[in-house]
Amino acid sequence: MMSPLTTIVSLSYLVSAACYVIGLHMMRTPKTARNGNRLSAVGMLLAVIMTFIVVLVKHETSMTGWIIMLVGLVIGVAYGAVKARTVQMTDMPQLVSLFNAVGGGAAAAIGIYDYLTQPTGSHLALAFSLPVILDLLIGCVTFSGSLIATGKLSGKISGKPITFPGAKLLNGIVIIVMLASIVLTVGFPTAPWILIMTIVAGLVFGLLMAMPIGGADMPVVVSLLNAFTGLAVAMAGFVIDNQVLIIAGALVGAAGTILTLQMAAAMNRSVANILAGGFGTGDFGATAADDVPVNVKETTADDIGVQLAYAKNVMIVPGYGLAAAQAQHEVAELAKLLTDNGINVNYAIHPVAGRMPGHMNVLLAEVNVPYDQMKQLEEANAMFENTDVSLVIGANDVTNPAARKPNTAITGMPILDVDKSKSIVIIKRSMSTGYAGIQNELFSNDKSAMFFSDAKKGLQEIVAATKEYLEQ
Amino acid sequence: MSQELYTNLAIFVLSLLVGFEVISKIPSTLHTPMMSGANAIHGVVVVGSILIALEAKGPLFDVIAFIAVVLGAINVAGGYVVTDRMLTMFSKPKRANTDAEKDGDAK
Repeated sequence: MMSPLTTIVSLSYLVSAACYVIGLHMMRTPKTARNGNRLSAVGMLLAVIMTFIVVLVKHETSMTGWIIMLVGLVIGVAYGAVKARTVQMTDMPQLVSLFNAVGGGAAAAIGIYDYLTQPTGSHLALAFSLPVILDLLIGCVTFSGSLIATGKLSGKISGKPITFPGAKLLNGIVIIVMLASIVLTVGFPTAPWILIMTIVAGLVFGLLMAMPIGGADMPVVVSLLNAFTGLAVAMAGFVIDNQVLIIAGALVGAAGTILTLQMAAAMNRSVANILAGGFGTGDFGATAADDVPVNVKETTADDIGVQLAYAKNVMIVPGYGLAAAQAQHEVAELAKLLTDNGINVNYAIHPVAGRMPGHMNVLLAEVNVPYDQMKQLEEANAMFENTDVSLVIGANDVTNPAARKPNTAITGMPILDVDKSKSIVIIKRSMSTGYAGIQNELFSNDKSAMFFSDAKKGLQEIVAATKEYLEQ
Repeated sequence: MSQELYTNLAIFVLSLLVGFEVISKIPSTLHTPMMSGANAIHGVVVVGSILIALEAKGPLFDVIAFIAVVLGAINVAGGYVVTDRMLTMFSKPKRANTDAEKDGDAK
């Protein structure tokens, strides 16, 4: 029989776990999403409070313990909350990545702590040794990998894939070392050098995993690391025999995995292919390729203004370039101008538009674009035939009709059927290719016209031009 | 295998399955807030951090526990706040002004 205290705590943990599941479930629609997140937060608060109660009742804690914990909590909560409140919405991917890093780091620290509390030279039971080594490895990989990802996404480290001769060999060696540390931990007496070897191998593997990945692929890796963090936390739960950690960690592990697979599928890539790296060339440079095909028409802000002013239905197709240029305010301004003059404006949003799946929706929501104007892939594709002007802003591969043909780099990738609309305007900095590295046939379509400009500046010019024609 | 390990393993596997089931039904529109929400949930690691901090004995253990608490607290607080901020933007009333530079948490 459980003691009354254990019973209460266990039941509370169960309630917390239910809150996480129901909370995630409620995040399926925007109507209930916010309450879902709050329910999940309530569950979290309950878990933390119950943990305090356990400790208080046991009366075993030293003054130092309390000070360490309270000071740590205050510092962590303050830093996390300030970061979360001040971050720009375009910088969301690196913040998520940073939180993966700290989560993984915390899980690894718990693993280190528990490993060290075992007397040196003792044989560990499998029920302890296996979770502890997995917690250490996954936690360390997530920690260093996520920090690199954060650096790359924020531009502090080059977004380009970083490879060096012998990287594959080093990778192989590190994997062997990690396997060795699992065998050593499970089958042999504990020793400090095994712990150190494990930590180093995990950290190095995380570095090697994130370094060769191009900027455009990074969100997939962030999502994967999100799943890893969940698993590390679940393993930490096994180590300290705490069910709420196991449940929450496993939930996140599953969630991150699903997301990762969906993101990779939307880019028509396999996760293995992305992790192999060197494919995404990074999008921050936008080096002008200068091999502009002769059959590409150029246009001006003025022309676009006329087209928009006389259109009935306008579809805006935002992409990575819009997020990178932080031009969401200008887009919203243009859309408002058009809707105020009785023109229908909708947004066609590809699942991987922006810098993370669903990121574009966040950016547009930030500037008060109504949720019902954001059309997802299938919905948008049904609307292109009746669209007078499609305005493609900083999007490339997701609009390339080559995806419908066999034997191209993007064959089979779900795309937006922009080419079905009556007229197409593309705002782009240069003719450089997207991360798939192929020319976009949409650009040389007879109905297409290119406006070479930075998304933000270009849109400002278009807004000014459109205003003039609408006021006439 | 001990009864305890079996119970924990069962909980782990079933939670994974629940996770797959719940997540696969979310529209891509909400993937970013959802990822962030899931990110906050793994902040539950702070519970583990608190537990080790309160039993830590000796300077080395104190330091490790302190690091664990700080990192876990950043994760859990930051994760929930930023998710809430993002979702506020989705539920804002339909008004098409563009002065929403840094609101989100304004209310």
